[in-house]
Amino acid sequence: MSERVQVAVIGGGPAGLAAALSAKKAGAERVVILERDKGPGGILQQCIHNGFGLHYFGQELTGPEYAQRFVSQLEDTDIELFLDTMVLEVTKDRRITAVSAERGLIELQADAVVLAMGCRERTRGALLIPGTRPAGVFTAGCAQRLVNMEACLPGKRVVILGSGDIGLIMARRMVWEGAEVLMVCELMPYSSGLNRNIVQCLQDNDIPLYFNTTVTCIHGKERVEGVTIAQVDPATRKPLPETARYVACDTLLLSVGLIPENELTTPTGAQMDRVTSGAVVDEFRQTTVPGIFACGNVLHVHDLVDNVSREAEIAGEAAAKFARGQLPSGPRRRVLTSGGARYAVPQLVSEDCQELDLYFRVGAAFKPALVQVFQGDTLIKQQKKPVMTPGEMEKLHLRLEKGQGDLRLHVEQA
Amino acid sequence: MEKSFVCIACPMGCALRVWEEAGEIRVSGNTCKRGLEYGRQEFSAPMRTVTSSVRVEGRKHGLCSVKTDAAVPKEKVPQVLSAVYGLCVQAPVRVGDVLLENVADTGANLVATRNVDKA
Amino acid sequence: MYDVLIVGGGVTGCAIARALSRYRLKVAVLDGAADVAMGASRANSAIVHAGYDCEPGSKMARLNVRGNAMFDQLCQELDVPLKRVGSLVLGFSQQDGKSLERLYQNGLANGVPGLRLLSAEETHAMQPGLSDKVLGALYAPTGGITCPYELTCALAKNAMDNGVEFYLGSPVRSIATLADAVEVETEEQVLLRGRYVVNAAGVHADEVSALAGDASFHIRPRKGEYILFDRAVSDFVQMVLFQAPTAMGKGILVAPTVDGNAYIGPTAFNQDDKEDVSVRPEALDELKATAALSIPNLPLSKPITLFAGLRAVADTGDFVIGRSEKNPRLVQAAGICSPGLSSAPAIAEEVVASLAEAGLVLEENPAYSPLRKRKKRFRHMSPQEKAQAIAENPAYGRIICRCETVPEAEIVEAIREMPGVPSVDAVKRRTRAGMGRCQGGFCMPRVMELIERETNIPMDQITKNGGGSRICVGVTRGEAKQ
Repeated sequence: MSERVQVAVIGGGPAGLAAALSAKKAGAERVVILERDKGPGGILQQCIHNGFGLHYFGQELTGPEYAQRFVSQLEDTDIELFLDTMVLEVTKDRRITAVSAERGLIELQADAVVLAMGCRERTRGALLIPGTRPAGVFTAGCAQRLVNMEACLPGKRVVILGSGDIGLIMARRMVWEGAEVLMVCELMPYSSGLNRNIVQCLQDNDIPLYFNTTVTCIHGKERVEGVTIAQVDPATRKPLPETARYVACDTLLLSVGLIPENELTTPTGAQMDRVTSGAVVDEFRQTTVPGIFACGNVLHVHDLVDNVSREAEIAGEAAAKFARGQLPSGPRRRVLTSGGARYAVPQLVSEDCQELDLYFRVGAAFKPALVQVFQGDTLIKQQKKPVMTPGEMEKLHLRLEKGQGDLRLHVEQA
Repeated sequence: MEKSFVCIACPMGCALRVWEEAGEIRVSGNTCKRGLEYGRQEFSAPMRTVTSSVRVEGRKHGLCSVKTDAAVPKEKVPQVLSAVYGLCVQAPVRVGDVLLENVADTGANLVATRNVDKA
Repeated sequence: MYDVLIVGGGVTGCAIARALSRYRLKVAVLDGAADVAMGASRANSAIVHAGYDCEPGSKMARLNVRGNAMFDQLCQELDVPLKRVGSLVLGFSQQDGKSLERLYQNGLANGVPGLRLLSAEETHAMQPGLSDKVLGALYAPTGGITCPYELTCALAKNAMDNGVEFYLGSPVRSIATLADAVEVETEEQVLLRGRYVVNAAGVHADEVSALAGDASFHIRPRKGEYILFDRAVSDFVQMVLFQAPTAMGKGILVAPTVDGNAYIGPTAFNQDDKEDVSVRPEALDELKATAALSIPNLPLSKPITLFAGLRAVADTGDFVIGRSEKNPRLVQAAGICSPGLSSAPAIAEEVVASLAEAGLVLEENPAYSPLRKRKKRFRHMSPQEKAQAIAENPAYGRIICRCETVPEAEIVEAIREMPGVPSVDAVKRRTRAGMGRCQGGFCMPRVMELIERETNIPMDQITKNGGGSRICVGVTRGEAKQ
């Protein structure tokens, strides 16, 4: 027998917490969060560095503090938090099957579902780095957990591949733990990490950052003994064999991208966006399956948790409305991208939507960038920005005319 | 003596040149006021917030994360870290609890950034 | 005094151990690695070959066909997956047509059941997505897939349950042949005495044989490299797809695994190093290009891992099986390259016969059970079975590996039951924790916590795969000060 809930939120990280709270505020009766870890907070629990919350709280917080702000609010509500609970299936008619040691098999029938499962790290295997398979190759987040949560030191001579923020943060962490971080290699000609992290994590510790460089082979039988690095052809991204060199190290950390964890989403039949690897959603963050919403890193990978919280609030509120039959369900039009715009979220907008925050990323750096939005053939918004980079998510506020016709976001060099 | 920095105030990442002239700190290369402020601060007294985690007495795993409640002089980071590494806290701990006062004589306190309940 | 010492804990050695455990015998398995299935048995094509490509009259031909027929019962008894998905050898030219015809005749001579030469139309109907250039195929309905490391672990477990002992983590250093026994000494100075010694030492079998006074063959490792794909994109292949052998080589396979992934491989690279299982950078392009001849639309953007294994190829051109001519107390199970996995149960049968011939007395062990009894895997349970399992043991409700849905209960069971010192990969081989698309990024620290809890090995001492493969090199500075 399945239990009835109004809003079921899958995932108790920053997205899930904010979505549940906002669903509650919007009047949802029974709200349940299903979280697979022992405590709420998701990946923020291990992100003990500061830099979170400047936009949302106007204050710089560490990851656990940012999470605690939401958890404290949760404690004042009747939102139920199922911990140590793994969701196995979500159906398109919103039946949820989960398991936990405490509750056994859990079957819920939800009036609305918010997907907030977050993302996972791209691995060595996904990059097809050849060589041996010794101990000492970690994704940056896995190493972060070992250091910050388990008090274990993953290595002493470290090479980092990828200059994403987690990799940069781990570079500093490893140095502070007495390890030697030899270098950070970045395949692209730019870093996807924040300048602040490049300065405070790398430059402060004299760690070189090599652009257009990758790891081409891993060496070592039992434990990593070294890696081969090589520069890549800037046009093809293929390694240039004549630039290859061996670097002796005992650890390789990978910070090479995040992938939304949509294993539960796809079986619902929700349409997926091949660029974001998340679901296609409308301005309510509703997927193409009515009553199933998505927010946070499961929808598209964010660089600031503040934006995750905001997005989750939209989804949570809309889920509550849907559960009460109050969410508009009129026809949608598409949001297309062109030029340097890589993707935009939401991908769909109601025809009667009048105001919208459009989130998007560019595919390359523009200095300066010209951003244009067209409704049909009409230019409805134009803006110049001194700089846009692929690592930074952009936001654009739009006022829309009611009506049909796709929207199109266009970015080019100004 | 002139120093160069990459401004961290926004993604522009302006290349700043900072020098002292007639008792005043001058900045060039910035495109906004925030860059000017950052350049001056970084030139005269670079400050950093230190974060780490410390052991909770009687527990193998489940460390307590901590931070300095204000930025500390950059050159004092190693001393702050040494003080942090010597620490072992007793549960329960609440976010914001002061674990070490005036850590390494920086004027900043070391505070907990996570709640740790009694086992 | 043991009756039989088996050197090598791969699928061959473990199959022999299990076959011997049905008799009243004292048997031990020795392996230099920290776990069973650490050589070719953990990295191969996982195929139960039909047996049409071995030279008629060879040991390979006979044991492959016989072994294949034994697999259904074996896998049923040991609760190991086996899928008779059938195999196709694809032909791309008239020349290939002749090769297929030759293989077909070979197969008939070897006694392979059900072989059929297919037209282009029949071939494409049987396996959608094939290249337009495929003009026909040899179809073998008895070709199947299994999981080689799971089979090896299951054989070892069943052998252990029936009294076989395992000495892992220390390579054999010397073998002394006495009047009525052999004495085997390992690097760690474990000294075991047995009436007979069986050599199932994989790529090291020539060295082990030489230690026992028989240097009649040499083994050259032949590396096979593979790319494994994410389960989510692996529905493009349902059967085992070979390519017709040409002067250029044996081609590259495209095949499904019993766990729902697909792979391409193996390459065939001869090398001297018996330890080097690295994937060569140049292998990637070879794999992609050659596999694409069979299936042009491979999901090359969704790999989950690369791996390589070494086939133990003897210079005799065949398996080396049976009593040594040089040492009456030595029985060989050497040179076990492909189709070694398919032949394993038949090789075990043959080795037992050789031991009997050498004088070993085989008396039925009344306590012997051929069954490896274990609970159904959680990921295969129905919702009711899951509820029941959690009610009986709440640790079934704690999912440690998200990608493969592996609960704590199965990991703890594996830790408690494995023959060697638990390591992260030893848990992985037995439970699939860490085999999914995140490759252990999420569950590895949690598996380490469980190993620590169950064994008291401190977390920072836990290894990936035994030996010097420590996952962490120490503790943090704060921890060190405590």
